[in-house]
Amino acid sequence: MQKQETALTAQICFRDFAFYYGGFHALKNIHLDIYQGVVTAFIGPSGCGKSTLLRTINRMYSLYPGQRAEGHLSIDGEDILGKDVDLNDLRKRVGMVFQKPTPFPMSIYDNIAYGVRLHEHLPRSEMEARVEWALRKAALWDEVKDKLKQDGTSLSGGQQQRLCIARGIAVRPRILLLDEPTSALDPISTLHIEELISELRGEFTIVIVTHNMQQAARVSDYTAYMYLGELVEYNKTDIIFFKPAKKETEDYITGRFG
Amino acid sequence: MTTQQHMSKQFDIEMEAVRSGVLAMGGRVEAQLVRAIAALSEDENPELLDTIKRHEKEINQMQIDIDHQCAQIIAKRQPAAVDLRMVLTISKVVNDLERIGDEAKKIARKAARLQGNERLTRIQYFDAIHAGELAQAILHRALNAFARLDVDEAVAVYDADDRIDVAFDVITRQLVGFMMEDPRTISSALEVMFVAKSIERIGDHAKNIAEAIVQVVMGKDVRHASLEEIRAEIAERK
Repeated sequence: MQKQETALTAQICFRDFAFYYGGFHALKNIHLDIYQGVVTAFIGPSGCGKSTLLRTINRMYSLYPGQRAEGHLSIDGEDILGKDVDLNDLRKRVGMVFQKPTPFPMSIYDNIAYGVRLHEHLPRSEMEARVEWALRKAALWDEVKDKLKQDGTSLSGGQQQRLCIARGIAVRPRILLLDEPTSALDPISTLHIEELISELRGEFTIVIVTHNMQQAARVSDYTAYMYLGELVEYNKTDIIFFKPAKKETEDYITGRFG
Repeated sequence: MTTQQHMSKQFDIEMEAVRSGVLAMGGRVEAQLVRAIAALSEDENPELLDTIKRHEKEINQMQIDIDHQCAQIIAKRQPAAVDLRMVLTISKVVNDLERIGDEAKKIARKAARLQGNERLTRIQYFDAIHAGELAQAILHRALNAFARLDVDEAVAVYDADDRIDVAFDVITRQLVGFMMEDPRTISSALEVMFVAKSIERIGDHAKNIAEAIVQVVMGKDVRHASLEEIRAEIAERK
């Protein structure tokens, strides 16, 4: 009944994946292929493990003692759980934006250039081009082009969040992780960010965690529903929101959960 | 399948209101069809056509109200999955119910013109009356299937619609026969022909309702699938 679609490449692959916060078994037996160039949303009630899962993709957890992952996790076929993985290089490939905007206390220009300088030595003109490219990609250029020297923290919340997205993509990652990127924003800023996610799709693989189910429905191509640390159902967003296979998923997205 | 309640009680109340609105409208349309077939099979009743017209207006208003409620639910609740399918289906079902009401009115009009006709008597269009009774039964079945979200009952509507289609062919042939025998029957035979066509359309609308029910329950659009394909889907689900 459905038309044939071009095959997608699995870019981020979880196999028999588990995660522990000390003694707490936070993720269990995760099998998941996240496809390249599309938007994947993780949804589920608080504490279901969706943010935990997201944070494993750039090994954010390695910053904290006592947190550990088991099983297999690969990006572009390369295992990223190993001890000898270069985390700086991994985080260059996998950018992240958090719930609250986190601009650095420096100029708008430097907010973008800072990350780039860590990885590349660009001549001034190329750096300027890169900053402009990132700000344009993040749909912020027109609003800030005349005040690049101004402090990043002087921007509005929505602009700050787009600045963080610009900072994330300035190092040209392959993957962008968004952890509740709009939950601290007003509805219009939220729409800006959602529009931006649609613009960035294709060029980047985007994984978004959101509490807002309608947002997942609006922005994502694939949706994973998680509950109590397990992946309950993963499919095309169109299917998850129209006719999910599992009753648990249906109950959650129709608001019958509780 | 929709028995479990939403966390939002108000949402439950709104969904239940629109669902029972459809059943109420279905009941009105059913009564309307019974009146229309009675107009065909009984002697003259001058008030009947007025009664039918009055009810027709009320049915039209019900359609508008239910569609409005559906739009409100979509706007305010952003229904998903089974709730979304239900709201979309209800919008289709009320459309079909309204059309059945229209056809019933047409039948009653033609029936009034056939009253006391000596060229073509009731015995000669008895099969049309019988087909009208089949249409009543099929509508009743479709509404039952909707009330219980019963896929098997919905599929039974398909079978019944096939029988009405056969009856339509038989009536057409009979009427052609009468017209050839005596050309003076032509104008009356054409009236009966339109009655038969209306009845055939009612069967189709009932079938649309049945298809919409299958879509709510199974999430599959079966509008252009064959009965065998649908049966296979249902068997797979069980």
